[in-house]
Amino acid sequence: MKKIDKKTLWALVVTLMMALVLAGCGGSGGEEDSQAGQGEEEKFKVAFVYITSAGDAGWTYAHDLGRQYLQDQLPWVDASEIVENVPENPADAEQVITQLAEQGNKVIFTTSFGYMDPTINVAQKYPDVTFVHCSGYKTADNVGAYFGRMYQARYLSGLVAGQATESNIIGYVGAHPIPEVIRGINAFTVGVRAANPDAKVKVVWTNSWFDPTVEKQSAEVLLDAGADVIAQHMDSPAPMQAAEERGKLGVGYNSDMREQAPGAVMTSPMWEWGPYYVETVQAIKDGTFDPTPTAGSLTYWGGLKEGLVKISDYGPMVPEETKQLVEQEKARIVSGEWDVFDGLLKDQNGEVKVAEGQKMTDDEMLAMDWFVEGVEGKITAPKF
Amino acid sequence: MIIRGTRLTIEKRLVPSSSAYLLIPIFSIFMALLVGSIFLYFSGHEPVAVYYKMFKGAFGSRYGITETIVKAIPLTLVGLGVALAFRMQLWNIGGEGQLYMGAFAATWVALTFPEGSVWWVMPAMIALGMLAGGLWALLTAIPKAIWGVNEIITTLMLNYVAILWVDYLVYGPWKDPAGFNFPLTAVFSDAATLPGLFDSRVHAGLFFGIVAAIILYLVVYHTRWGYEIRVTGENPGAARYAGMNTTRNIMLVMLFSGALCGLAGMSEVSGIGHRLQHGLSPGYGYTAIIVAWLSRLNPFAVILVAILFGGLQVGGFIVQTSGIPSSMVYMLQGLLLFFVLGGELLTGYRLNRVPATGEATK
Repeated sequence: MKKIDKKTLWALVVTLMMALVLAGCGGSGGEEDSQAGQGEEEKFKVAFVYITSAGDAGWTYAHDLGRQYLQDQLPWVDASEIVENVPENPADAEQVITQLAEQGNKVIFTTSFGYMDPTINVAQKYPDVTFVHCSGYKTADNVGAYFGRMYQARYLSGLVAGQATESNIIGYVGAHPIPEVIRGINAFTVGVRAANPDAKVKVVWTNSWFDPTVEKQSAEVLLDAGADVIAQHMDSPAPMQAAEERGKLGVGYNSDMREQAPGAVMTSPMWEWGPYYVETVQAIKDGTFDPTPTAGSLTYWGGLKEGLVKISDYGPMVPEETKQLVEQEKARIVSGEWDVFDGLLKDQNGEVKVAEGQKMTDDEMLAMDWFVEGVEGKITAPKF
Repeated sequence: MIIRGTRLTIEKRLVPSSSAYLLIPIFSIFMALLVGSIFLYFSGHEPVAVYYKMFKGAFGSRYGITETIVKAIPLTLVGLGVALAFRMQLWNIGGEGQLYMGAFAATWVALTFPEGSVWWVMPAMIALGMLAGGLWALLTAIPKAIWGVNEIITTLMLNYVAILWVDYLVYGPWKDPAGFNFPLTAVFSDAATLPGLFDSRVHAGLFFGIVAAIILYLVVYHTRWGYEIRVTGENPGAARYAGMNTTRNIMLVMLFSGALCGLAGMSEVSGIGHRLQHGLSPGYGYTAIIVAWLSRLNPFAVILVAILFGGLQVGGFIVQTSGIPSSMVYMLQGLLLFFVLGGELLTGYRLNRVPATGEATK
């Protein structure tokens, strides 16, 4: 080890630093009200496990707003324990969830798909703790599975995008090719084509939930390909900022992204977890919580009707007639008269997947692995 | 460098200071914690309390210790693997990719023979996992040995290829048919699952790490081949002059280095995940490079440093519930590496004070 070639040493240092920076970025924020845990005894402790940091303006931010709402609404709850940036690998996730159970939390919300197996494993060891996992498909005696019918809000935002596009090409930055994302792209496309039958939706995968650099680059690829509206299933506002820089339009996701890109964002499909968290924690406290699946494999799958998903207020560029169209379609969904994936529905190759007059079951929707007509992109191959 | 009329020069030590050999890593750790505590202090936290909580979380309870070991297992195996290559001045940055390839090959065995008996399924998973990791590393050793292609670049690049290859499989052909099209393979059979120890998540991979450390120690310090590796690392010219087959040694060392990383991947899928999935490793392959450096390539020190870093990871999650950002841990790791490499300079070189003669040095 005495004679290390200087160039080699530098190359090694730079490489390692880059690897560490890459691993470390995405971690920020986390200033939490930790004082709530001390001094006040016997509060009902509720914990949250997050995939990114609560400052991401996206998925985790929406969950964290829900957590704050829960804390405000139920004074007997202590919802101060959160763990951020927990990787979706079994080694880390299971450790974090166990630790939260060990620290006396009565309810633990695990808010990313990859926490499913770890949640189930830990739940077996802590029968007195209730676990509620978001976006998976497994339940147990003390594990509930919850999610939202985001596809309904995506459909509405698709109407807005379809009416706005002039090039008839809409770009969509997708995270991972899993049913949740595919369902969203499909619903969005159904909306786009309802407003504008000639429009197409081009999809690019980032293979990540949160990676602002890659998100932005992906949006730029789509803009270069002629897209004049960008939509996203990503956790940062970077794709919206890319659209704004080019003077194009966008549809955000997770939170009202007009804040980050006011010139581009027409609207954003959003989550409203707060009331669900209040209701669930109350039910668990009262002993009335029942994790038995009610919607496909899920304990709870709320939509527009329940107010779990919605679209944000509009940007100034959205015309009045579009707003009226959205209201009208929303009413059809809320009343139960129609849902997004009702037939007639064809796939990318023009093959009929849902016949006229038929509906998809919840399980079919939850396992969706094909694109509807009008989507340009592939599902199986991850983006390289 | 001129400081107030005195000139500081950096001079190579003829013989590395032996006390510095041990003191510098310890001093590096201390400095990293010190600088880290400045950051903590200015972001409004009590540094000592945070470090105490981290330490207590990682080592202060039975559960904390077992979880620390869970993370130390892959760090040890990859750390041993890259340390072997570093010994010969082969900069294998590809531990992460070799880990993924090992996990891939082991998973292939588990998924192809779900009914197989433990007596041959487990050995097959170990053998193929090691072989896949080894061959993945060999891919970079061949161009290195023949044309002198820089292995830092090739091993690093192959990491991404291996990770994307695993992604391709779990998002596509190896998706669990009963898994609602989520990117996970089916769960392994019991025969393909490494047994757990001490009623915790610690698994038999622990023995792999210990046995590998003993074997490596014996090979490197007590065999002719180990001597060749050490000589080649210290002085490649002398090694060639002495008639040692450097080309062959580069390939063999990389093969074994990759095999150990592959074994880490095998034990991770078989012992912890029980299935292959996206994001299998939280960067063990990179952290292990720091582990290898900090342990000065000594196989037994690798185990100890791996436990330290496992604890850092576990403690890092624990302090989060009191409001410490998760990036703190990555920052501490980066600081450790920074000071260890800085300390390296002091082991092999020394600072001299010479009265200024007017001419400045670079």
